[in-house]
Amino acid sequence: MKILVCITHVPDTTAKISFTDDGTKFNEEGIQFIIGPYDDYALAKAVEMKEQTGATVTVLNVGEAKTEPTIRKALAIGADDAIRVNAEPVDAMFVAHQIAAIVKEGDYDLILMGRESIDYNSGVVHGLVGSLVDLPSFSPVMTLDVDGSKVKMAREIEGGKEYLEAELPLIAGCQEPIAEWKIPNMRGIMTARSKPLKVVEPVPVDVPVPEVVSYENLPEKGAVKLIDPENAEELIDLLKNEAKVL
Amino acid sequence: MSILVFVEGADNEIKKSSKEAISYAAETAKLTGGGDVIAVVFGTHDEGALASLGSHGADKVIHVAEESLNQNHISAFGDALTSLAESHVAAMIIMVKSAFSDNVGARVAGKIGAAIISNVVSLPEVSGDFTVKKSIFTGKAFATVKVPGDKKVLIIKKNTVDLKDDGASASVEKISAPVEVKFTENITGRDKAEGGILLDEAEIVVSGGRGLKGPENWGIIEDLAEALGAATGCSKPVSDMGWRPHHEHVGQTGVKVSPNLYIAIGISGAIQHLAGVNSSKVLVAINNDPEAPFFKAADYGIVGDAFEVVPRLTEKVKSLK
Ligand SMILES: Cc1cc2nc3c(=O)[nH]c(=O)nc-3n(C[C@H](O)[C@H](O)[C@H](O)COP(=O)(O)OP(=O)(O)OC[C@H]3O[C@@H](n4cnc5c(N)ncnc54)[C@H](O)[C@@H]3O)c2cc1C
Ligand SMILES: Nc1ncnc2c1ncn2[C@@H]1O[C@H](COP(=O)(O)O)[C@@H](O)[C@H]1O
Repeated sequence: MKILVCITHVPDTTAKISFTDDGTKFNEEGIQFIIGPYDDYALAKAVEMKEQTGATVTVLNVGEAKTEPTIRKALAIGADDAIRVNAEPVDAMFVAHQIAAIVKEGDYDLILMGRESIDYNSGVVHGLVGSLVDLPSFSPVMTLDVDGSKVKMAREIEGGKEYLEAELPLIAGCQEPIAEWKIPNMRGIMTARSKPLKVVEPVPVDVPVPEVVSYENLPEKGAVKLIDPENAEELIDLLKNEAKVL
Repeated sequence: MSILVFVEGADNEIKKSSKEAISYAAETAKLTGGGDVIAVVFGTHDEGALASLGSHGADKVIHVAEESLNQNHISAFGDALTSLAESHVAAMIIMVKSAFSDNVGARVAGKIGAAIISNVVSLPEVSGDFTVKKSIFTGKAFATVKVPGDKKVLIIKKNTVDLKDDGASASVEKISAPVEVKFTENITGRDKAEGGILLDEAEIVVSGGRGLKGPENWGIIEDLAEALGAATGCSKPVSDMGWRPHHEHVGQTGVKVSPNLYIAIGISGAIQHLAGVNSSKVLVAINNDPEAPFFKAADYGIVGDAFEVVPRLTEKVKSLK
């Protein structure tokens, strides 16, 4: 069983987001980068399957050289080897074409991604790759069990979940509680240094690729209006008459 | 050229947010100089309910009346929509963001080679290049994106435009599924909360955190929600501990909501929680710790004990009815 896990290199969830050069560039100064939290679930699931059934796990990131510490962390968590497509991940369609090229060559049984990246939050790369390589794609997947070529999954739907069965090979966009996030141990960190990390150049993309023109932060919030708990009911009047949301 | 809108819902229940997507398409058609707005609806529906989509801006409704497409089959819906986009020479395909639509939009965009933008929060700007604004970094910022090419898939956030409701009626064309279902996928079961208001669609959300101390205390949350006609939500630790089902978990790694009113009770206001609620119109925090970070993000707040404050709010809401 060959598993490919696609990971993003994204700002820590507590990072303060700001922009430079008149709002045309993301300010990376002082930002701590992490494996995307949903991708981390995908990776944890793949490593769990490796421990249980002896699958091999390859991690893939489309990114510039600066993402390598994040890739090494994935190797420390338990992936066997890694591929980095040497390009700035400017757009979901661009990234999907890069991943599709790797998938076509690799003969993977299972391709795990996150439900969405937390920088661009598009939630579309798994579906795009599925349609480019003609494989079924599922997301958001909450549990996944492989038995021979059969895959049983639970997927979140609005207001609940749905259980379904499909056949390998397939693509899944993962979310909790598919597996518990894993923390690298000392041995993992040591061996990660010598695990293979292959760098490949991007394939050309023959469809129009969207481009960010400018960034902006959210408008500033005014101060909170506090209501005395002794007159808690006043809140409801304010919501009705002042905020007009009731 | 036309604009296709992918509409979610079945059994005569069309999602309100999908109706908004139709209104968005109608506005966009005006800006870009025309083209028919065609709403594509799958599953079992009455013709009358479908014709009324004209009121929200649809010129025409295509009803794919096929039993096999009553289920959430991502690739089948994607293939069916792809085929309709091709036969109707669609310049744009519009849908509202949901756990399901993202996937369908992606499959279509991949097949027809369209530029795809998700989390759109504005109408397009078309005076120069075609640009739209999208929400990024889980609601912490916006990006204005240039969208090139003659085919576009736009996945919009709920509450991006006002729902149009002008009483017009649309013509309805009923067709059977335009394509074969290619990948087998069997739905074997479903656990779905029945009757309640869906978190994603709700205008008001009442959410509880660890400050509620245990699942046995959720009655005060549910009572307030019921009085307000609101959906209930929770913080991540609450769903991790199994106090509430996972689909109620709001935030960075959960549902992102954008209701008119979000009331957070006993939730500290961690940045990962706020990421899921910061596009709500009005935020209310109820917390007994005046230093709770939620008060920095909230519009209104009460520093007090949830167990005393919340039942009083419920009584007050009831008294207004
Ligand atoms: C990668 C990552 C992703 C995450 N994603 C999410 C996410 O999607 N959603 C999410 O919610 N969290 C998420 N978290 C967790 C987040 O960091 C916080 O731990 C979590 O939101 C805290 O939940 P809480 O506010 O319910 O609990 P606490 O932080 O324990 O807060 C409880 C609050 O209740 C108040 N309180 C106690 N008693 C009372 C009372 N009687 N009356 C009124 N108030 C009372 C306390 O003052 C306190 O402020 C994520 C964390 C990480 C690292
Ligand atoms: N640059 C990238 N490199 C590798 N995988 C990616 C990249 N961008 C997105 N993905 C994968 O696609 C998933 C969905 O991303 P998105 O569509 O951007 O929300 C992510 O959770 C990753 O698994």
